[in-house]
Amino acid sequence: MRGRSPCAGQHDIIQNGYGYGLFTGGLGIHYGAQCIGATVVPVSAGQTKRHLDIMQDFGSTILTCTPSYALYLTEAVVEAGINIKKLKLKAGCFGAEMWTDRMRDEIEKRFHLLALNIYGLTEIIGPGVAQECEQKNGLHIFEDHFYPEVISSETLEPLPDGEKGELVLTTLTRDGMPMVRFRTRDITALRRETCKCGRTLVRMDRITGRSDDMLKIRGVLIFPSQIEKALLEVKGVEPHYQIIVTRPQHLDEIEVQVETSKKLFSDEIKGLEEVKKKIEKHIENSIGLRVKVTLVEPKTLPRSEGKAKRVIDKRQL
Amino acid sequence: MEVKQISLFLENKKGRLWEALDTLAKAKINIRALSIADTSDFGILRLIVPDPDKAKKVLAKSNFTVRENDVIAVGVSDRPGGLAEILKILTDADINVEYMYAFVAKSGKKAIVVLRTDSISKGKKALKLAGVTVLSSQEVYSL
Repeated sequence: MRGRSPCAGQHDIIQNGYGYGLFTGGLGIHYGAQCIGATVVPVSAGQTKRHLDIMQDFGSTILTCTPSYALYLTEAVVEAGINIKKLKLKAGCFGAEMWTDRMRDEIEKRFHLLALNIYGLTEIIGPGVAQECEQKNGLHIFEDHFYPEVISSETLEPLPDGEKGELVLTTLTRDGMPMVRFRTRDITALRRETCKCGRTLVRMDRITGRSDDMLKIRGVLIFPSQIEKALLEVKGVEPHYQIIVTRPQHLDEIEVQVETSKKLFSDEIKGLEEVKKKIEKHIENSIGLRVKVTLVEPKTLPRSEGKAKRVIDKRQL
Repeated sequence: MEVKQISLFLENKKGRLWEALDTLAKAKINIRALSIADTSDFGILRLIVPDPDKAKKVLAKSNFTVRENDVIAVGVSDRPGGLAEILKILTDADINVEYMYAFVAKSGKKAIVVLRTDSISKGKKALKLAGVTVLSSQEVYSL
């Protein structure tokens, strides 16, 4: 399934910007690319300078990464004074996070390529559950391998086609660990009309939200509870915090606001900076993402009223 | 007795410094000396007041993060080079100054300098040994 791409073949050079490691994106795309006989360059995530060099030197024809990173790269290309017309990119396969048609237009305009949406999840296969065709009219789910349903998160009953709800997937061909009606928590709708491209596979709309509090930060999934656990392992930290997610320059950033306590406070700036760094380091070691810690005054963060609002997502897609 | 300093955590937000000082004003606590250390998102307000325990109590009650710690107060000749002499003594004794602030007393020819060295006792010892006037808490609070 990972090798099914509407626009890639054995003559393509696929520059893979998904992270290699425990995240399925990097290796998933890598194996898919090998499967169709294409050349794959495993650059991985967050190596901007290297991405730009390889893009030019290797003449990569396809770029795969998160859409926010693609946008970031378009700016980096301009900053580095690279002539976009000299690049050989013709298409990009962008996914692993929510994005919009507006972002697509922007990436296509700046990079002069065809930007397509890809969907997948670790629990099922990683990338390759569904893929957009050049019609850019929803993602074709590979129904020969996965049986999709959309259910209501409240009643858990299946919803009719075209209605928004939670995507549920059953694997049909997976050995060893088949999944039966796995709740993806991703919000979408299914469409069964035949696509203009001729494919009869059911299409899903782009993901518009989650039915839980999971966050996607630079393509990596994080639950606020993971940040909380790491935070509270630091001595003297009170369980009052707030997570603020922003996207200042196309890249996600997490700020964790932590209330100071008597135990954390010092009369020296040095002492407070150390506390900040210690918490930042500890969270980074636990969740694998860099966060910015801001110390705030006690009793200034909203208190739990049944369910505390721990996450403020200010990203505008 | 050691000179006590009250420090409190302030977010870099409009009105916060006023709120702290207003709390002290309402408790009728006069301020002898103060300094503010600022960073992009927070600051530390450091105060010398005649009744540090009371100040600590009222501030903590108003939800400020407060801390009390020892500092050294010395009298410095109010003339060019006065402070440099003091700092030379500490430098020669291999003592690092974390921060300091100064104020000029209403009467007298001396300026008062509040010093925070990594070890207060070592700093005090070095200064005394060099014949510097190290002020007692009573002397500072009643200025």
